[in-house]
Amino acid sequence: MSALLQQDVPTKLAPAGEPLVRLRDLSVRFVSRDATMHAVNGVDLDLSAGEVLCILGESGSGKSVTMRALMKLLPKSAVVTGEIRVAGNDVQRMSENQLQEFRGSTVAMVFQEPMTALDPVYSVGRQIAETVQRHEGVSRAAGMARALELFELVQIPSAKRRLAAYPHELSGGLRQRAMIAVALACRPKLLLADEPTTALDATVQIQILLLLRKLQEDLGMGVVFVTHDLGVAGEIADRVAVMYAGRVVEEGPVSALMRSPLHPYAKGLLGATVHAGLRGHRLTTIPGAPPSLETLPAACSFAPRCAEAEPACLAAVPAERSPEPGRKARCIHVRVG
Amino acid sequence: MRFAVLLGMDLDPTPDDRGGPAQALLDIRDIKRHFPIKGGFFGGTVATVRAVDGVSFTIRKGETLGIVGESGCGKSTTARLLMRLMDPDVGSMIFDGEGVAENTQSGGIALKDYRRQVQMVFQDSYASLNPRLPIEDSIAFAPKVHGLPDREARERARELLAAVGLAPAQFARRYPHELSGGQRQRVNIARALALRPRLVILDEPVSALDKSVEAQVLNLLVDLKESFGLTYAFISHDLNVVQYISDRVLVMYLGKVVEMGPVDAIYDRPAHPYTQALLASRPSMDPGKRRMEPPLTGDPPNPVNPPSGCRFRTRCPFAEDVCAAIEPASADLGAGHQAACHMALPGSGHSKALQVAA
Repeated sequence: MSALLQQDVPTKLAPAGEPLVRLRDLSVRFVSRDATMHAVNGVDLDLSAGEVLCILGESGSGKSVTMRALMKLLPKSAVVTGEIRVAGNDVQRMSENQLQEFRGSTVAMVFQEPMTALDPVYSVGRQIAETVQRHEGVSRAAGMARALELFELVQIPSAKRRLAAYPHELSGGLRQRAMIAVALACRPKLLLADEPTTALDATVQIQILLLLRKLQEDLGMGVVFVTHDLGVAGEIADRVAVMYAGRVVEEGPVSALMRSPLHPYAKGLLGATVHAGLRGHRLTTIPGAPPSLETLPAACSFAPRCAEAEPACLAAVPAERSPEPGRKARCIHVRVG
Repeated sequence: MRFAVLLGMDLDPTPDDRGGPAQALLDIRDIKRHFPIKGGFFGGTVATVRAVDGVSFTIRKGETLGIVGESGCGKSTTARLLMRLMDPDVGSMIFDGEGVAENTQSGGIALKDYRRQVQMVFQDSYASLNPRLPIEDSIAFAPKVHGLPDREARERARELLAAVGLAPAQFARRYPHELSGGQRQRVNIARALALRPRLVILDEPVSALDKSVEAQVLNLLVDLKESFGLTYAFISHDLNVVQYISDRVLVMYLGKVVEMGPVDAIYDRPAHPYTQALLASRPSMDPGKRRMEPPLTGDPPNPVNPPSGCRFRTRCPFAEDVCAAIEPASADLGAGHQAACHMALPGSGHSKALQVAA
């Protein structure tokens, strides 16, 4: 572990007792002339420092939008309501200048496609050094020294030589490691990862997952990890939040959720995931398709596809029920005991 | 058989069958395809990508052959060679006893006839449909090219839409952008079946789909195979999906076949260190069994300048001198299970191989 990375920096600590991330009733609508998309409809989430939360969902479930709201990266057309607090900051009220300081040093993001997230005309070393110079006001030489340490931290072989490489000269796995190095450049407390291993080969994906987990433990970061892959969540998460049609339908510790999901959608997703031992059996599927989000769902959004649906499901949005401490699901069939 | 009757097909699932069930449907012998990289001052060839470098295998009638490998291993080039979207530099392809694109007088099959019997489904469901044609017209296009009258071609398109689970009255006149990803992939499957092919090449057909839709499409593929008597070549990077759908599996690495065999043999008793690493790289789904060390380090090397001898030796934990010097031949492990590794070859000179008595 590099001494530089553990050096004390003036930190903006959250008030005692407040989690690293606190989302309350987060809603995001995209308003255009033709239609309004209700992408996120009332999400409550907490993340403690040093915890890994996986947001699991299919395309259109609102998982990436929720994550982008944490960094205020959504476009102007997005109407964001609700409370977003990260490390004691009210993200919604931050000015553009404050955000520039906040992004990178408090919260950083790793994207799915490093080739489009990195700048193709600068060497990767230069891009890391620039981040460090900008946030900490150090010299270029010091920035480059830090870039080298970061490259060693993310286990890039022959780090010194690779610093001078341009993104296109690196393989997919190395590029994603470089992207992680950029994100870690200013020691963020919160790392956001948007499907960082989806574009990678199987043997490389597991390397990056293990690296992220090690870095998270060593640096004590909180991580929000967005994925559609249950297996990836199983490898990295402490807790999992399953999203469907802009709502968190189930949340709980990863092992409990994988072993005995509460919500019918989470059950269906686990059943539909192909794994060993299913050969020759028919796969369970979830019939139908996710709802259009042009109207705000006033009932359980999953009811039209749910085998256990009954009239009461269509009466109102199911409230969160908690059958045991730490587990929650939005389904009227969950017994509160 | 349900849909076959519906389509007025001959009840014999393989009406074009020539060689009988024991004859391989497609026999690929030592095909190679290299791509030159042009560059330099005079625009000469500066390097060669050895995308597919001497691959031999057979596809048996009625089976599903899964092809797995990582990016750059040549699996998509193999798919394009199978479809003859590109010609191999060397090597031969025998389709049910007839040489593909060879002289028809001396027992070959013309490309047009070959393509009627072999069809393909691509990964990107949107890019592979014409955005300006209603899906019905896209499906009817190939039958019309092959001489079916317009009305009949349309009828067949509607029947196929029904067969893939899209109600024709509701969907036939829609354009690709009006469908979801799963629905578009169903249209691509219907189009591939429009010529009543015998072999369907599926190149990552479910990789771009959500998990719940992926399961629907996999179930559909299993049903269609049964009712139309199809043979599949299923290419994917997803080991779980390949295990689910395949009868036999072929593992590729840097343009070579490293291991091939029945699905249970490959998944239960992988013999090649690469296959073992690939299988061990799957996320476990069980948080209690998390992996601590990655099975392999580094990325797959570039196929431009592949390593000498065994191509996997640069990442292989068991590599010895013999691996760099000699390219391993395929070792027969019984019941059609083969692995190209010196450790599996008796007397190869590798310390872990069986010694052959002098």
